[in-house]
Amino acid sequence: MTGKLGLIIKREYLAKVRNKSFIVMTVLSPILIVGMIVLIAYLTKVNDSEKRIISVLNESEFFQQDFRITESTSYVHFENISLEEAKDSTMSLGYYGLLYLPNEKDMEEVAKSTYLFTQDNPNTHITQKLERIFQKQLRQKRLGNLGVSADQFSAIEKDFEINLATFAGEKSVKGINEIKAFIGGAFGYAIMMFIIIYGGFVMRSVIEEKTSRIIEVIISSVKPFQLMLGKIIGTSLAGITQFAIWIVSASLLLFLVSLFLGIDLSTLLGEAQMNPDKINGVAQFSQPLDGDMLLYAKEILDIPWFLLISSFLIYFILGYLIYSSIYAAIGAAVDNETDTQQFIFPIILPLMLAIYIGFFSVFSNPHGPIAVGFSLFPLTSPIVMLMRLPGGIGEGGVPLWQLLLSIALLIGTFWGIVSLAAKIYRVGILMYGKRPTYKELFKWLRY
Amino acid sequence: MDNILVAKNVCKSYGDYTALSNISLEIPKNCIYGLLGPNGAGKTTFIRIINQITYQDSGEILFNGSPLAPEHISLIGYLPEERGLYKSMKVGEQALYLAQLKGLSKTDAKQRLKYWFDRLDIGDWWNKKIQELSKGMAQKIQFIVTVLHEPKLLIFDEPFSGFDPINANIIKDEILQLKEKGTSIIFSTHRMESVEELCEYIALIHKSEKILDGKLSDIKKAYKNNIFNVGLEIQGAEDTFIKTLENQFQILSSSFDAEEKQLDFTVQLPSNHTADVLAQLSQTANINRFEETIPSANDIFIQTVSKENDR
Repeated sequence: MTGKLGLIIKREYLAKVRNKSFIVMTVLSPILIVGMIVLIAYLTKVNDSEKRIISVLNESEFFQQDFRITESTSYVHFENISLEEAKDSTMSLGYYGLLYLPNEKDMEEVAKSTYLFTQDNPNTHITQKLERIFQKQLRQKRLGNLGVSADQFSAIEKDFEINLATFAGEKSVKGINEIKAFIGGAFGYAIMMFIIIYGGFVMRSVIEEKTSRIIEVIISSVKPFQLMLGKIIGTSLAGITQFAIWIVSASLLLFLVSLFLGIDLSTLLGEAQMNPDKINGVAQFSQPLDGDMLLYAKEILDIPWFLLISSFLIYFILGYLIYSSIYAAIGAAVDNETDTQQFIFPIILPLMLAIYIGFFSVFSNPHGPIAVGFSLFPLTSPIVMLMRLPGGIGEGGVPLWQLLLSIALLIGTFWGIVSLAAKIYRVGILMYGKRPTYKELFKWLRY
Repeated sequence: MDNILVAKNVCKSYGDYTALSNISLEIPKNCIYGLLGPNGAGKTTFIRIINQITYQDSGEILFNGSPLAPEHISLIGYLPEERGLYKSMKVGEQALYLAQLKGLSKTDAKQRLKYWFDRLDIGDWWNKKIQELSKGMAQKIQFIVTVLHEPKLLIFDEPFSGFDPINANIIKDEILQLKEKGTSIIFSTHRMESVEELCEYIALIHKSEKILDGKLSDIKKAYKNNIFNVGLEIQGAEDTFIKTLENQFQILSSSFDAEEKQLDFTVQLPSNHTADVLAQLSQTANINRFEETIPSANDIFIQTVSKENDR
């Protein structure tokens, strides 16, 4: 009996990896991915190098020293010309805009009647930057009126960051929860992609056997369940092969590209750190001090990698088997791929939910009620639990009972769903004709 | 132990729909057994139960004397009505795969496939893909795969559909040879001409029930109605002759060839009176034909099914 299962797995595997479109995807995907990364790196670089020039016509006595050249903006000062002339020259020189500070007696008055003239609506980065300059001066002036000296002011202005520590007394750093959840999320995301891609392959392979009418020949030799299992395992082995090829070739390509084209890929990371909006959370540790850097490294090394990877394997195998057996049942229930849509949506829904819950709720509060609930619920737990796990188990991490309960629920669901799916599969593969309704599928369970 | 397969009170229903009710059959060894019935009668369900693709709700099936079990699968060969092959797989590879699923070793399977491919003259197809073959060609491969593991019981569901007459004949001869070698064969069809040619035993299933079974020759005997075809060479006026006959017997139809003085008629006789009739006729005319009409399988089929429908 196991010999037959082996035969089926082998056939499914070979049929998949010899398939032309599979080969094309295997070869092309890493090239596309690397191409995209290179493109993003290139565009980021181009974006960076574009320097905006703003002309300043300052008729007042204030703000004389405040418009200093920065990485992305530089200022040209006009003097002794009228506003109209300044506008004309700004336009003819092709500068980004003209900042006009009229001559008033009071700094407040100057600030109030200052204008920024631009061709189109100005970039918010620019306006924010300018506003900050004014605000700082105004604040200093107002505090000066209250008797605060310039030295005192700069003492007040010093940045402040709160120190963090766990109850156990370990020093902690900001954003580490997010980094950990991000690592777990990457594992969860990989599971979701794998399920959607290779679950679809399983489904199409079942449909192919139905439409080619070979199915009855085969199930007169093997049990339908064996065929289903063999198909799922064979397809997932092909999938693992493809994933492995992708990871190896993409990293190799990336390495070669960065070597030959000289694109510094670390600028990508650097940019992400500089820009608080790009990656929420992670960026909060912008420019950490050396001591903090060590802490981050320590925290990442402290992630229970063995636990994480072994749980990944457990959740991956169980989650994939649950979902792909549903895909197989759908393939068996219909005659062609166009009929699958109404059945596929309900499967993808919990997967998407898990990803969204993960990124919105687990990131900020890995042990809150929503995170706990969805990491126990079997259809979302493979993704959500993996996002929680980098915090470890036990104190400060996932309580052991939650992990065990989640796996137990998943195993229970696995048995339930796989046996239900096998029933639908067994009946469905011999049914031709019209697309069944959910009611009919329910009836099949009792045949 | 003379039966390869015995079914006792087999019932199967799908929800509210009854596919088989109380089917009992005995399929003798080393014969061709015709499983007949209109579409949707339950033939395929019964065959699927034998192949353990689906299971009966109640009743028992004995294979070679022992209850049907998974180890019997390798002793059965099944050519389903809905049949096909993997489109993108090569012929040889595919045949090897299906043979191995039936429990043959790779080397055995290769050897036997070579034999059969040569026998059916398709040796050069080994590396072709199924999608390059015609439907009839694919059917030949399916036939080979069905019989390759030399099963004790072969089940053919509409085996000739999709074949041209020449290839249908080749397959028919192969089936007869397999029977000669000792294989028991179940032959499911609603094409009666092939039943007459091949089957020794038949069972007729209609609306999930068995309504008739037994040896084909016995059934035919049972379905005889004492109707005779008679040919006479007569002297004198045929009108009066026919009149006299009609007065005496129940004439169903008649025709007269004036040139040859030949009168042909079919007559319904009361049972056990053939000798009297013969004696009487021989006195008045020259009998050149006197034969009982045997109903064809087709007649029996239509007669029984329509009788069941009227009921």
